[in-house]
Amino acid sequence: MGDQPAIAAEGLSKRFGQVRALDRIDIEQPAGTVLGVLGPNGAGKTTMIRILATLLAPDGGRAWVAGLDVVERAADVRRLIGLSGQYAAVDPYLTGRENLTMIGRLYGLGRRAAGRRADELLEWFDLAEAAGRQARTYSGGMRRRLDVAASLVAQPPVLFLDEPTTGLDPHGRIALWQLLGELTDQGTSLLLTTQYLDEAERLADSIVVIDHGRVIAGGTPGELKTQVGGDRLEVQAAPGTDPRPLATALAGLGTGRPVVDIRAGRVVLPVADGPGVLAELARRLAASGLRVADLALRRPSLEDVFLVLTGEPDIGTAHASPRGGDPDAGAVSPEAAALGRTR
Amino acid sequence: MNTALTAPVQRAFTPGSALANTSTITARNLRRLTRVPTLMALATIQPILLVTLFAYAIGGAVHVPGTMHYIDYLLPGVLVLAIGFGASQTGVAVADDLASGMIDRFRSLPIAGASVLAGRVAADAVRNMFVVGLMLTVGSAIGFRFHAGPAAALGVVGLAVAAGIAFSWLNLLLGIVVRDAETAGLAGLFPVIILTFTSSALVPVATMPGWLQAFAKTNPITVITGALRALSLGGPTARPAAEALAWIGGLLLVTVPAAISRYRRAASA
Repeated sequence: MGDQPAIAAEGLSKRFGQVRALDRIDIEQPAGTVLGVLGPNGAGKTTMIRILATLLAPDGGRAWVAGLDVVERAADVRRLIGLSGQYAAVDPYLTGRENLTMIGRLYGLGRRAAGRRADELLEWFDLAEAAGRQARTYSGGMRRRLDVAASLVAQPPVLFLDEPTTGLDPHGRIALWQLLGELTDQGTSLLLTTQYLDEAERLADSIVVIDHGRVIAGGTPGELKTQVGGDRLEVQAAPGTDPRPLATALAGLGTGRPVVDIRAGRVVLPVADGPGVLAELARRLAASGLRVADLALRRPSLEDVFLVLTGEPDIGTAHASPRGGDPDAGAVSPEAAALGRTR
Repeated sequence: MNTALTAPVQRAFTPGSALANTSTITARNLRRLTRVPTLMALATIQPILLVTLFAYAIGGAVHVPGTMHYIDYLLPGVLVLAIGFGASQTGVAVADDLASGMIDRFRSLPIAGASVLAGRVAADAVRNMFVVGLMLTVGSAIGFRFHAGPAAALGVVGLAVAAGIAFSWLNLLLGIVVRDAETAGLAGLFPVIILTFTSSALVPVATMPGWLQAFAKTNPITVITGALRALSLGGPTARPAAEALAWIGGLLLVTVPAAISRYRRAASA
């Protein structure tokens, strides 16, 4: 089985009523690698994981885990996978240790072996001190760590994590990233979904971007970022002033057109050589006499990826970017700015 | 780098492993029972209240022909009522497990789905043994007596627990179908309330209007209560017991395969 891809899908499709949750998805993930599936809420990420983890039957196409068809060999696939869904699925009335021991027993470990494995995982996931407490007393981050630990009880060679860091504070996210890094260093094949580009970038060897059930882009994080076009220069207009003249002043400075977010009073510009443009920016601002409140150079966010790939600033209900400021503001292109005025 | 895609834990499905998995799930549900205050109250305070409230509040008004004490008539009826009420928690629990992702986790494990459901039912059966014992104790304290010997008394416990198993499967099915804890709780309670008050559980069927009597006589709660009464009061038991077992068996025949197949297809949104 060693030469098989960890995960493969061909034309994978799933409908819920009129909604095409997955529309002919093709993916292939080599064994021992990390695949990041990036997309907003409702893009089809969870549906994809549920099909790959044998919880849901596709209505078109096929998928394999370690070369085993997820429909025909579902029982065998379940021996190879660990799953941590979008909501931490731990029993709140069992202690951390009891939760893990229960899963170990269900995998067929003896009482002692299940207890030993539970202790190992509790130690590794920094939960040893809370091992004897009921999970309902845990913080969100602890509960999520326990949930991921539960998916690792049987040391599965293929691991599915559905938005593992959603709802975690920055400290919790970084701690979990570290754990996942250790895990994948040991050779576990990991498929994780995320709304955060930086998370996919940090953990994944390759990324697929999905939207409305379709793969709209894929490649290594580097390739994807080249497609998206480098860093973002964010210029915040002085309070109470119109950001649109700023966009005019910034024209031609970056690698793409400036995007105006009227409500946030902000202009965002893709730039290839971030630090290099700052001098030119300062010169133009001085010449135009426009006042700015803030300047920032940042890595592209998921909003930026979608803006470039789909041309739609609206990425559904996703409040995605961890650094994107007011998520409700929604970026508006100059063409759409006229509409913005009527709000 | 170990990128071999083989599982370190390999185990075939065997009757032994299915039994072990069922007992693991049973243990989990019993732990919850002792740790969730509502569940504890439903397994202790509620059965005691049912016995004492009905015995004292209604007992004076009901005259059962041929029975010396109302408590002797009542207790088999409230046993069924208490077990029916308790079973509604099974639907609540499975709907909760669906919503919380617990069922997804179980379904992603290499275990038979029937183990997860059977573990639920087995935990309910343990709880019901306790509930029946508690109600018999409280009943004895206020005058209830077995009149047909110890073997028939054991038969009462066995039949009550068997009825509970059928009710649990029914509520599992309800919980998986409706998927919402509150709806599942109501869907489990309504039939019990309606069927109990239109049965011989609390009052003799002969006191009901004619049109209701026909329904009341075939009502499963009447049939099961009748069998429990025959076992505890004495008299012919073969026919009532056979009718009760037929109801329980019929209910299981319908609900067990339906619950298992719905569980397999259950997909939380």
